Amino acid sequence: MNKLELQKMANEIRKGIIDSVHAAKAGHPGGSLSATEVFTYLYFEEMNIDPKDPKNPDRDRFVLSKGHTAPGLYSTLAHRGYFPVEDLLTLRQIGSHLQGHPCIAHTPGIDMSSGSLGQGISVAVGMALGAKHQKKDFRVYTLLGDGEIQEGQVWEAAMFAAAKNLDNLVVIVDNNGLQIDGNIAEVNSPYPIDKKFEAFNFHVINVEDGNDFDQLDAAFKEARTADKPVAIVMKTVKGKNISFMENQAGWHGKAPNDEEYAIAMEDLKKVEEALCQK
Amino acid sequence: MSEVKKIATRESYGNALAELGKEHDNLVVLDADLAGATKTATFKKAFPDRFYDCGIAESNLMGVAAGLSTTGLVPFASTFAMFAAGRAFEQVRNSIGYPHLNVKIGATHAGISVGEDGATHQCNEDIALMRTIPGMTIINPSDDVEAKAAVKAAYEMEGPVYLRFGRLAVPVINDGEDYKFEIGKGVTLREGKDVAIIATGLCVNSALEAAKLLEADGVDARVINIHTIKPIDEELIIKAAKEVGKIVTVEEHSIIGGLGGAVCEVLSENAPVPVKRIGVNDVFGESGPAVKLLEKYGLDGKGVYESVKAFLN
Repeated sequence: MNKLELQKMANEIRKGIIDSVHAAKAGHPGGSLSATEVFTYLYFEEMNIDPKDPKNPDRDRFVLSKGHTAPGLYSTLAHRGYFPVEDLLTLRQIGSHLQGHPCIAHTPGIDMSSGSLGQGISVAVGMALGAKHQKKDFRVYTLLGDGEIQEGQVWEAAMFAAAKNLDNLVVIVDNNGLQIDGNIAEVNSPYPIDKKFEAFNFHVINVEDGNDFDQLDAAFKEARTADKPVAIVMKTVKGKNISFMENQAGWHGKAPNDEEYAIAMEDLKKVEEALCQK
Repeated sequence: MSEVKKIATRESYGNALAELGKEHDNLVVLDADLAGATKTATFKKAFPDRFYDCGIAESNLMGVAAGLSTTGLVPFASTFAMFAAGRAFEQVRNSIGYPHLNVKIGATHAGISVGEDGATHQCNEDIALMRTIPGMTIINPSDDVEAKAAVKAAYEMEGPVYLRFGRLAVPVINDGEDYKFEIGKGVTLREGKDVAIIATGLCVNSALEAAKLLEADGVDARVINIHTIKPIDEELIIKAAKEVGKIVTVEEHSIIGGLGGAVCEVLSENAPVPVKRIGVNDVFGESGPAVKLLEKYGLDGKGVYESVKAFLN
């Protein structure tokens, strides 16, 4: 896909996020919207995957370590063809395959159940080790929140990944700067994030704007050249493209009401119109 | 008196892994800096390329095992019971149990027979913790023969398994030719009509010794070995309750939530009879030689005998 196509797709995925969280009357829009470009890039550009063969043993893997942003991943998977887009409206309902947090047993395309923060990265490390062990060349991607890296297990996993030289692992940190209780720097600062991963012997790539496809493209291309595990630390905007959600910690885990929903969809319509004029 | 062969089930674990490793290329072993103690070093020596030391990081150990299992490997993740079931409980629940992954947890140094290291390392809660995880199979073998059979059976089944092993050398009691191990099937080691002693792990031997002492007093005790705590052999337990009417459970674990708890749950709903739970009585352990501790906590043959006598009177 070219950049414009990726941008259009990201906007459609954002609509799916808003639709699903609004229908569920619950869920986590803020961090889903900050990571929408990286979800889009991974599933439409970067990863070796096939929606018709979601269990292929040689596929690339993705673990959403920040599992609460499942709406972002679900919308991406739906638009990529893993399951019907209409399913998004069943998010968090009894009987739905779209659980509040990702579940490997329920949803096509989900490579690991996740949501308890700090655990997904270890599983991704295990997958990357499994590839090396079996001399397979699939790659493993995992997305962490910037608040999530306050969990000690993240650093247990990072130490192990570097010690085992897992150059097929890409750890992405969504640095939107906000967690439930507020600004991450004020709650319990994880900064400097890049220096920490460097100290753990990662190849670190800083992305100034993680909502920009050119910058993501450069980062993921560089990641393929690294000879050790990669950490992509990308600055993003929480609640991106929804006027009243941007940079608001309060929209971490809250659903828009009907009125807010209408505004949000109007915001995305404007983005779409702007993209169509390009 | 002839010499009784004794071996710690952690030794059996290491030996069984090394044996199984010969047949199965997809078996990998992980440890958390305790390979010498958990005896996974035996496997490491035989198959260094299939052994991964995660260092002192048990939470990550469980996650890495989970990830490996999704790529088609069969990981045995090993550390002490305290850290496998205690420290890493939530990793086991969410990263292994919930996705129902094919991870085998080899937990050694369970119970007070850890000995001198004392309470911080004597895990008397692991069975209770693991029992609450849906889909988790829990096996607590009583001796070398059973431990090796359990490791093999765990490999052969699909899904998460918690294997509980001990540090202390214990007598080999399952060396009869007709011994057969089947997950979920208890074994009646001795018939009896006055009381049924249901035991697990190293306490199975204590139960057998107690039955002999009881026999001298004219008490005819049935002895049942429950090696699989989950899924538990409900049928055998209910049958014992109906035929014998009095049940005693024996385990090197808290009386809360372990074998005693599991047996009471089965019986209260199916065949309510008086039950005496023998185990660690809701206290922490302490330092001391393992054999002396088992005596002090009433988990040796004599201790079990005395508790059963008191229960029957």
